[in-house]
Amino acid sequence: MVDQSYDPILLLEAYRRMRLIREFEERMRREVQAGTVPGFVHLYCGQEAVAVGTCLHLRDSDYIGSTHRGHGHCIAKGCNVGEMLLEIYCKQGGLCNGKGGSMHIADLRKGMLGANAIVGAAPPIAVGAALTQSTLATDGVTVSFIGDGASNQGTVAESLNMASILKLPLIFLYENNGYAEFTGVSYHLGGNIARRAAAFGMPGETVDGVDFFAVYDAVGRAVARARRGEGPSAVEAVAMRWYGHFEGDMQLYRDPHEVERLRQTADPLVKFEDRATREFGIEKDELREIDAEITELIDDKVDAAKAAPKPPKEALYTDVYGSY
Amino acid sequence: MPLKSYRDAINETLKQEMRRDSRVVVMGEDVAGGLGGSSGIAEAAGGTFGVTAGLVAEFGRKRVIDTPITESAIIGAAGGAALTGLRPVAELMFIDFIGVCLDQILNQQAKFRYMFGGRCTVPVTIRTLMGAGLGAGPQHSQSLHGILTAIPGVKVVLPSNAADAKGLLATAIRDDDPVIFCEHKFLYGETADVPDGEYLIPFGEANITRSGTHVTVVAFSRMVTLANKVADKLAKEGISVEVVDPRTTSPLDRDSILESVEKTGRLVVVDEGTPLCGMASEIAGLVACEALDSLKAPVQKVTPPHTPVPATPHLEQDWVPSTEKIEAAIRATLSQKLARTG
Repeated sequence: MVDQSYDPILLLEAYRRMRLIREFEERMRREVQAGTVPGFVHLYCGQEAVAVGTCLHLRDSDYIGSTHRGHGHCIAKGCNVGEMLLEIYCKQGGLCNGKGGSMHIADLRKGMLGANAIVGAAPPIAVGAALTQSTLATDGVTVSFIGDGASNQGTVAESLNMASILKLPLIFLYENNGYAEFTGVSYHLGGNIARRAAAFGMPGETVDGVDFFAVYDAVGRAVARARRGEGPSAVEAVAMRWYGHFEGDMQLYRDPHEVERLRQTADPLVKFEDRATREFGIEKDELREIDAEITELIDDKVDAAKAAPKPPKEALYTDVYGSY
Repeated sequence: MPLKSYRDAINETLKQEMRRDSRVVVMGEDVAGGLGGSSGIAEAAGGTFGVTAGLVAEFGRKRVIDTPITESAIIGAAGGAALTGLRPVAELMFIDFIGVCLDQILNQQAKFRYMFGGRCTVPVTIRTLMGAGLGAGPQHSQSLHGILTAIPGVKVVLPSNAADAKGLLATAIRDDDPVIFCEHKFLYGETADVPDGEYLIPFGEANITRSGTHVTVVAFSRMVTLANKVADKLAKEGISVEVVDPRTTSPLDRDSILESVEKTGRLVVVDEGTPLCGMASEIAGLVACEALDSLKAPVQKVTPPHTPVPATPHLEQDWVPSTEKIEAAIRATLSQKLARTG
């Protein structure tokens, strides 16, 4: 039976955003290897269904707190790709006027509270955003993306507890991508992420993060509960990352064939396309059209970002304070 | 003007600002207190030192938020709430506890505006308690304003009297940047004339609490009260001491300090913060860089020693700068000359 919520418009939008993330990240990978991108870049390939399956439930007025691996979250939440690229290239007109770079992209107009280069720092900030929503009695919700590595930070435990006792409209969206930097989850994590969250008195479930439908359904339940004022939830989405901790990471900790296997067996886009075309009447041609549009879009926007002017010298001194 | 205590002035300002702006919320450990206890008393604390007393009765639990003992989440949530439309006043019960939540100040709130390209405001006020003198020992007695002053993106405020506490707190709450408001716990019972109505003191404007011509004393927080006492005593001997209270360390009113030193030619800096990398060194450095030619004698620094604060009462007394030490430093600078060569 076709689920009411999987209408074709939603599914095409889900595919478009996942494909956009994939193309964006694959292109960033090549650009980093070519040496055109400043700083560190952490790629999201393999996890596309998590960000998109989550953010499709959100409005611009809902908030997300992100991580250092934030490009996918930005795109899923609707940030402008051209302005993201300007930011990653540290150019004028970027989402942070070129002063944040890849690890600090924020766009408050879209409810994106910032990528964050301090692992585990975003959940307390997300608690604050949910506190605003609760205090002002909106029906807004906040999602805090948390890596498996960050799940071991004390800030996460503090945030789970505070959200629980204040009954905040907050979803703890754990992305278990298999590795905390260069250390595997089987070593670094005691117990189980979803059960840890549940111990704070909220629902916690684990889903296949490669499966858009599984993520979309689980987050849908959590968001609905939060909008009803019933408090926080946790969802652990398991989806291995395809690339290193940062681009350029030698990945000596991984079996050299692991990524190859993942590409063949755990590609969120392939998995999505298979089910969407088989069960929900999406045509392959429609998807190929989206692919072509996106390839062109990324080409154009990368070229534009490379050609864009740098921030002026005075930018060093501006925006430290509102007034001083 | 009515006489009010430092504690009451802060309490009154919180109430006035909360009435004025419904986005102002107060949050922290035991700001009301009593939830989950067996007595059923609705406000069992009103703050550890009674500073937030009566707020919950007037504004309710939605705006007076008792938190667990969870400093990273308190300060972090205050930052997140500030980014998204509230104007939180978070209480960090003792400034010593910045050790457990510094990331949210140092790497988050202080940097949001800059790293987001100026496309946000961060109107968060962190009220915190500083200072020694109550025998509270090494982890509840420090004056760490110097560490915070070193962070670009935050403002640091040190009211030395009840009137300044009111005027500076109102400014802090209305400010669009993160402000750390450092209350000296020894000053809560001290009284001063404090206006009843709206009262705002701009940041970065020093207060000359005593005018004088022989020597400049730059003092911070509670040290201002000690410096004033010494100035009054020495005035009877004909020694004219000017006391400069910068009131905020970031932004710092450099001009008022330099003008005073250019007039007197002698400088004593009194601070309860660290002797290394602290405000005393900062002010001495400022004058060395900008007004060395005005100096008739070496600068005197009066600070605690480079040690933790002992709990031992008589040792703590020796640790804190005293009127005796300030007086001795003033007399020393008046008797010294700067040896100049060439």
